[in-house]
Amino acid sequence: MIELQHLEKRYTNPQTGAEFYAVKDLSLSFPSGEITALLGPSGCGKTTTLRMINRLIEPTGGHILIDGQDTRRERPEQLRRRIGYVIQQIGLFPHLTVAQNVATVPDLLGQPKAQTQQRVLELLELVGLEPGRFAQRRPAELSGGQQQRVGVARALAADPPVLLMDEPFGALDPLARDMVQDAFLEIQRRLKKTIVMVTHDIDEALRMADRIALMNAGALAQFGTPDDLVRRPASDFVRQFLGEDARLRQLAGLKAADLMQPGDATGLPQIDGRLNARSALSIMLRERAGAVAVLGEDGQVKGVLSWQALEQAG
Amino acid sequence: MTTLVARSRRSLGRVLPALLWPALLLAGVVPGLLPRLLAPLAGGEVPDTGSTPLWQLALVHLGFVLSAEAAVVLLGVPLAVAVTRPGREALMRLAEALTGLGQTVPTLAILALAVPTLGLGVKPTMLGLVLYALVPVVSNGVAGLLAVDPALKDAAEGMGMTGRQRLWRVELPLSLPVLLAGLRISTVYNVGTATIGAALGAGGLGLLIINGLSQQNTALVMVGAILSALLALSLDAVLGLFTPPE
Repeated sequence: MIELQHLEKRYTNPQTGAEFYAVKDLSLSFPSGEITALLGPSGCGKTTTLRMINRLIEPTGGHILIDGQDTRRERPEQLRRRIGYVIQQIGLFPHLTVAQNVATVPDLLGQPKAQTQQRVLELLELVGLEPGRFAQRRPAELSGGQQQRVGVARALAADPPVLLMDEPFGALDPLARDMVQDAFLEIQRRLKKTIVMVTHDIDEALRMADRIALMNAGALAQFGTPDDLVRRPASDFVRQFLGEDARLRQLAGLKAADLMQPGDATGLPQIDGRLNARSALSIMLRERAGAVAVLGEDGQVKGVLSWQALEQAG
Repeated sequence: MTTLVARSRRSLGRVLPALLWPALLLAGVVPGLLPRLLAPLAGGEVPDTGSTPLWQLALVHLGFVLSAEAAVVLLGVPLAVAVTRPGREALMRLAEALTGLGQTVPTLAILALAVPTLGLGVKPTMLGLVLYALVPVVSNGVAGLLAVDPALKDAAEGMGMTGRQRLWRVELPLSLPVLLAGLRISTVYNVGTATIGAALGAGGLGLLIINGLSQQNTALVMVGAILSALLALSLDAVLGLFTPPE
């Protein structure tokens, strides 16, 4: 668990002496094993907050505890080697191979080469890159989506309990973004890391996050599950930021196959189970149907997705 | 396949000059060969290159250039690193101004100013060579280090590299091509600059040129000039081998 206690970052203009709070009195707990999105408009302090966790920015007040230990009690480099770090620009080292990039933190920690080599191959496998094809390539030979898969593998290399991600999928085209997001959620289901992810993309937050911390002007606007923010916005700001179609956006992040229930599918319009719930809703509206039959990858009916199930989903 | 072919062609285009120019240089220092070839320029009379064999003059010349470059690497690279550390923008601007100044002051002026304090001979020559060669190495070193993508430095820092590790593992390897280009330029410059050293009595290939000029012997001047040019081309081609493609 990561705890922020009265965290503050204050900047002083050297000329005028004017003070500006990038983050002010922020207290928040990121639960272990979950993805928490730091969401908000640009300038709200979300990236500053993220960068204070691994001390790329030093707070001017308050404390950060990781599993109960104050992050200021060890050297920043030592701290950072125990925290995975993924950034929007990916930042793979162009002069090193994919394998060498992934091995960065294990090498910094002085782990045995043979063990690291084995670990690199496992990680490439994990992020869906065939080691035989990719390990010895240079980053420039990879697509953006492949590069960010390597970026994720590199962040996971030393098996850190905590992962910080700064708009990790923001630079990818929509198709690649969907694929890498899916692959990442699959990995997270297995690894159960404590993840803090900065994003300004509401769809991404609703889709990926177990919890969302919505920030505004350096302070917390609301902290809760995606469902809390969509159905029980704490303020006009939250409601306006998410928009009137927030519920539809939330449905877009859910798979039809995950929401279906057993039931009688005779006479119902049929949809592919890999479609998202928003598309399923659109089909129900188009077909004037109260439910649809959900097909598996083999083309067989697996269950029924009803209007009530869509209402409850979240 | 096509990239393989392109790569091997590119490397052939680098290896060939690195073999050709040194071979011509070696042929040029064969005793008597070049002076005899150039004799028609002196009315058929073979120019007298003096008691020191040509290969020895060329080696002395090469020695000046290489030892100056060694000093330049030892001084220039740490200087470029020092002024590009964060929070030293003022220092960097000062270094840029000084290197810019260095480029505008003529070599001869540096040498002439050095003689009163260091006397004649090798010392003022080396000082001139080092000061002049420092300019492209420092300015290229600074440019190369500044050109490293900030996202890479952020990633390196975020993963727990110390300042020193970021420098050795990320910044220096990535700025190396630009740095090497600067070293190559300064080496080639210095082959030419070192000929002036002969005027201060330091020896080297410049000796032939100086003697040729004073004797009004074009053939002798040409022996020195051609050998210097071949030495410059050889060093340029050999250093070109170490510059990675693109």
